[in-house]
Amino acid sequence: MSLEELTSFNWSIMTPEFIIVGVAALLTVIDLFMPKKQDRRILGWIGIAAIFAAMVSLVGLLGAAPDSILEDTFRLDSFGKAFKLLLLAGGALVLFLAVSYKAEQGMEEYRGEFYYLFLTGLLGGMIMTSSGDLITLFIGLELLSISSYILAGMRKNNLQSNESAMKYVINGSIATAITLFGMSYVYGLTGTTNLLAIAGALQSLADAQHAYLLGLAFLMIFVGLGFKLAAAPFHMWAPDVYQGAPTPVTAFLSVVSKTAGFVIVARILISVFGVAATEGPGSMPILYNMQDYIAVVAGATMIIGNVVALKQSNIKRMFAYSSIAHAGYVLVAFTSLSSNFFYSVWFYLLAYLFMNLGAFAVIQLVEAKTGSTKIADFAGLYRRSPVLAVTMGILLIALAGFPGTAGFIGKLNIFIGAFMVQEPHYVLASVMIATTVVSYFYYFGIMTQMFFRPAADDSKFSKIPVGIVVVLIVTVVASVLFGVFPDIAIDFVNENFNQFSDFLQ
Amino acid sequence: MDLSFVLSLLVFSPLLGIVVLAFMPKTEEKTIKIVGFLATLPALGIAIGLYLHYLAGKDLSDFDVAKDWITFGGLQGVEAGFWKVNYELGVSGFTMLLVVLTAVVATLAAIASIYIKKEWKGYFMLFLLLEIGMLGVFTAENLILFFLFFEITLIPTFFLIGKWGYFEKEKAAYSFLIYNGLGSAVLLIVIMILFAKTGTTNIDMLTQIMSDSNVPMTSGLKLGLLIALLVAFGVKLPIFPLHSWMLRVHVQAPPSIVMIHSGILLKIGAYGLIRFGLGIFPEQFEKLAVLLAILGVVNLLYGAFLAFIQTDFKMVLAYSSISHMGIVLIGLAALNEAGVQGAIFQVVSHGLISALLFFLVGAFYERTDTSLMENLGGMAKGMPIASGFLLAGALASLGLPGMSGFVSEFMAFLGLFEELPWIAAVGTIGIIMTAVYLLRAVLGITYGQAHREFTGLVDLKGVEFVPVVVLIALIVLIGVIPSVLSSPLQATLETIMLGLGG
Repeated sequence: MSLEELTSFNWSIMTPEFIIVGVAALLTVIDLFMPKKQDRRILGWIGIAAIFAAMVSLVGLLGAAPDSILEDTFRLDSFGKAFKLLLLAGGALVLFLAVSYKAEQGMEEYRGEFYYLFLTGLLGGMIMTSSGDLITLFIGLELLSISSYILAGMRKNNLQSNESAMKYVINGSIATAITLFGMSYVYGLTGTTNLLAIAGALQSLADAQHAYLLGLAFLMIFVGLGFKLAAAPFHMWAPDVYQGAPTPVTAFLSVVSKTAGFVIVARILISVFGVAATEGPGSMPILYNMQDYIAVVAGATMIIGNVVALKQSNIKRMFAYSSIAHAGYVLVAFTSLSSNFFYSVWFYLLAYLFMNLGAFAVIQLVEAKTGSTKIADFAGLYRRSPVLAVTMGILLIALAGFPGTAGFIGKLNIFIGAFMVQEPHYVLASVMIATTVVSYFYYFGIMTQMFFRPAADDSKFSKIPVGIVVVLIVTVVASVLFGVFPDIAIDFVNENFNQFSDFLQ
Repeated sequence: MDLSFVLSLLVFSPLLGIVVLAFMPKTEEKTIKIVGFLATLPALGIAIGLYLHYLAGKDLSDFDVAKDWITFGGLQGVEAGFWKVNYELGVSGFTMLLVVLTAVVATLAAIASIYIKKEWKGYFMLFLLLEIGMLGVFTAENLILFFLFFEITLIPTFFLIGKWGYFEKEKAAYSFLIYNGLGSAVLLIVIMILFAKTGTTNIDMLTQIMSDSNVPMTSGLKLGLLIALLVAFGVKLPIFPLHSWMLRVHVQAPPSIVMIHSGILLKIGAYGLIRFGLGIFPEQFEKLAVLLAILGVVNLLYGAFLAFIQTDFKMVLAYSSISHMGIVLIGLAALNEAGVQGAIFQVVSHGLISALLFFLVGAFYERTDTSLMENLGGMAKGMPIASGFLLAGALASLGLPGMSGFVSEFMAFLGLFEELPWIAAVGTIGIIMTAVYLLRAVLGITYGQAHREFTGLVDLKGVEFVPVVVLIALIVLIGVIPSVLSSPLQATLETIMLGLGG
């Protein structure tokens, strides 16, 4: 590739990524030269500033026509922009949690890494949203995964943290291997890694034998990525990893990493398998033939997540199962693939981002105060800090999907999608609603602790770190605002993303 | 004059009280209680205003309001006006009555909250939130908005029971939450299917679309949806065998909340059945009429017989509520004007009567710390006035002519005798049983030997008179001049009859 060619690219569409990568590199260097004893928290604030800068530049790009550079491996379409916004917002809120985080033990030497690894992980997710090629998708996935592995084990002298990282690495690498194996079939059949080229080649796939190979590839890719989403039955790693990882990392995994997981699933599934014909040109795409498998996974994910969450006594484990359940709800949208598919997934992940991160902010605060993560530690929170308890109450109501909150509107969108398609998914939607009612049990279990039970000790929460205050205000306001005036979101989407119609172009 | 702001003002007026309370110190018991009471007054005033507006012969549709609210995204090629959920409030004669009932009972329950012993601030904030939910449920003109308010009633009630109730309050709160959660889950499925199939959730539009034979729904699906609705509202009403949660709530919740719960919240079930079941699926409703009549009679008899063997007066009243809700079903199953009118009368009448009785139970409990009938007894001596009102309430409940209970039972049975005489004949046993268990219970409390010496019992005094007098007055008013209810209902009934093709 000649220099002229390189400079002729429209590099500006990568500005958000450049900002993040630049600042991450900068932070590494600063960390290296900073005196050992100095507080590294400033690095976190720089990271937050970087994310905001990236967000501003992304907003500046909202009006740009879809474009791709680097041989179509990097494309900025409305899908990429929309989900990149989610990732950046999630990343910023997580960093706010991180700068307010005080580890009990074993983290002092690694404070610097703690901040910039979030940025590299975030970068991985951003690359995925804008990938037009299996290779870049995979690189983004690995960048995100490897950053997460290290983050999970950040508390080096803590047993649980070590266990968490170990499990995550092993499970994660197996999942990656399976995904990659599935991708190799696709490459073998089409001879290209470019998503659009693959789609074009598969449309004219005539041999029925190839359809079987493709089906196999689909299952393997879906299984591998199922690990990333923590979808049942590939969810086993999540509770242990969530419990052992430092709380901001848990928040990162449950929101940013999960969103990125859905991004890659959408990219591969829709653009490769959504057009691949099964029996000659013009026949039903393989994705629709495989709907039943996705439906089973979605149903199992919702049931297992919600039911197992019932008997957890550790709040981080409970939220691990709760986040498994939420992934199941989103998978319902992947099953029905209705015309509002992109919007409903986007909106649900947006709502989930706010309500879940807010809840993690409270968890982190209570953990710092009591030194443990048992659900019983929430007892009497209303007496100790009414504001905090009411905040958590609103977030829990949103997570449970009560009307008036963003969680409800998110579920509505998914329902309508499930009922609107040619063959409505009555059973799956009913499972979704029934398991939602099951989730009342554990979300309201925390409420019972906070509001009805007496506190073990009556000490007040004296000083709430500023980072947490920011997160709480943003998340509560957003959870309610998008619940009461959801048109804000849809107007924004309609104005800027044009119904995601450029996804396959 | 543009009156479209009135209903929003009505529904959200308790919000003012919530805001004021939020800035008050939580130790000022007396002021908090007064503010909590005052905060229910604007809604009451507006509700009465609505009734006066109607009496003045003006159109209730003056109050209709519709504003853009939610659009559902990514849906191409749909007509304008569809796939949108608007913020729509409105009242008809029927809903206006329920709004007035809600406002009255809420104000009286706020007075009954004098018995609350702790954390008044949180209590009244939740109480007012509950009132917003209830008023919204009856004024919402589309299903999504209805559902929103419906769920808003759920959360405060959970906390009000779980925190301020009696011994087994948490269990009662959970059982309330889960049963009602399941009920509303089923309701949500129905709403979403209707929305997905027709593109609208506006109730009037749905009624219209569903009567069109071109609607893309098989009659099997319609029947399924109606049965789902029956389950959803059957939990709320409650219909046997979905009632167990309601017993716990009636026994464990504080008296003021039981007044609201039994007086209003149960009525949401009846309202839903009439407005959505009968309104949107009239044809299918006819198919289920016999089933409904049987369910109604089962409710009536089951409630009555079990009420007879209870030892706790609260349980007697709880089973009595089940029994009386059977009459609502009986009236609806008749599917003629008398029957439906009887059902609606029963909804309003039972709301007033049960509020009165539960208030009196609260008053007794406050003084004696018990509601077990074996511990009470001889109350006529210590508290003659309260005992007198208790008897009056019981008589109204068992359907003494001249009081509201009689009118509603009479009309409901009149309707059913016309259509399904055999089932109705079986049902009449329930009416006799009602007299038996209520008189047994009331006489057991007021007359007879005082089993335990309650020295220095104070009879009803001060503000305690307000709820009893107001409620008795309304009960007698409806009993003597039924047209205060029946004339606003005319238009609603005609629409329903039209839908039934009669």
